[in-house]
Amino acid sequence: MAIENEVKLIGIWSSGFVTRVMIALNLKGVEYEFLPEDLSSKSELLLKSNPVYKQVPVLIHGGKSVCESLVIVQYIDQVWASSGPCILPADPYDRASVRFWAAYVHDKLTSQIRVLILKEDEKSKAEAEEQLFTALLLLEEAFVKCSKGKSFFGGDSIDLVDITLGSCINWLKAMEIITGTKFLDKTKTPRLAEWAERFCSAEAAKEVLPEAEKLVEYIKFLRAGNRAAAVSSSK
Amino acid sequence: MDEEVKLLGSWLSPMSRRVEVGLKLKGVSFEFSDLDVFFSKPPELLQYNPVHKKIPVLIHHGKPIAESLIILEYIDETWADSGIRLLPKDPYERAMARFWAKFFDDKCSLPLWMSCWTEGDKQQQILAESKLNLTTMEGALKGKKFFGGDEIGIVDIIVFCSVYWAEIAQEVVGVNVINEEKHPVLCKWMKETVDSNVLKDYMPPREKLFCHFQTYKDAIAALMTARFGSN
Repeated sequence: MAIENEVKLIGIWSSGFVTRVMIALNLKGVEYEFLPEDLSSKSELLLKSNPVYKQVPVLIHGGKSVCESLVIVQYIDQVWASSGPCILPADPYDRASVRFWAAYVHDKLTSQIRVLILKEDEKSKAEAEEQLFTALLLLEEAFVKCSKGKSFFGGDSIDLVDITLGSCINWLKAMEIITGTKFLDKTKTPRLAEWAERFCSAEAAKEVLPEAEKLVEYIKFLRAGNRAAAVSSSK
Repeated sequence: MDEEVKLLGSWLSPMSRRVEVGLKLKGVSFEFSDLDVFFSKPPELLQYNPVHKKIPVLIHHGKPIAESLIILEYIDETWADSGIRLLPKDPYERAMARFWAKFFDDKCSLPLWMSCWTEGDKQQQILAESKLNLTTMEGALKGKKFFGGDEIGIVDIIVFCSVYWAEIAQEVVGVNVINEEKHPVLCKWMKETVDSNVLKDYMPPREKLFCHFQTYKDAIAALMTARFGSN
């Protein structure tokens, strides 16, 4: 591949934000080099290409770096517009609607998942669970409206909302295993539960979604690290 | 296309002002519905933005669009051939504009505002955060005249509105949040933006905003603490 077209992705296997980018690249049939990162000892490349946040994912295309998962996915959709399905629809109102729900998932769901993973106190966890259920109920309604009876939020094909919410599915499944609470519940959010199964089997997603069982182990590791940090900072 | 454009907003909100500016820069006529949102949630707001219950909301042909950055992109795409470009055409430059707009909203706009309305240790903490993040924001200017390059764009609009509001608030409360010593690049950009284009003409009159902040100083501080916490 000529250097101006080289595509690299700096990421880690477990991050839902990185998964979003991988799914988008797969949808567009873009070949890329995955550069696994060690966040406990950040590489020169990461620090240079994402000096603001020093976080993954970072897409490097033709030597230029793009950061923040939703920015990257929209960039991919624009650059490879003629390949694969549209990740955002053509109509401006529909695009605004897709951006709205993607931002909703990004701002509301991921923060609650983070609380559930890292907070130890029952009150915070209970509040996070309640907020999560409220969000999922709203997303169930949104799915019915957006999908118009078809398989995905994007209709026949996966769109930005599918990608953003889809990257959370296995994290929710991992939390289900740990807590025993069913988040994607067929009785409460039947359409969303069915959509989740379809998304996990989709060609662009199935190879790159981190397995729920592996995430369970990873969460235990994160919690242990968090406890150790709390102990050492209170000495 | 210009018909049936309504903006639910508030003259007091810089988020609402961003959208007004976007519409005006595109030459779009619209009806402005100035809502009192600081002490209540008007029914119109609950109807058109049931998820977040916040202004601004743009209503076009009866369909609502919420969240100021999303509205600005909608305006740019819907009236693509009118007025200035709010976002660049080039995919990489577009990505950069989105990145910095989000960075400003996530890391700068609230600390900048809150630093005017808090006190003591809390204020010192927020001032430090604000200074750090605004310095990072200055990096986005990188020798350019505007955040948008040679012309103003979406990032210039949103930063200008917030800084305009903060400069007036800081005068009322006697706190120095933005000054040439701390943020030379930002202040230079602010001066350039004021001198060279229409943005300042789209702001509320300085005296009106100053008067409002002065009159309701304590109420605003209490509301901000209640809404955003004191920890």
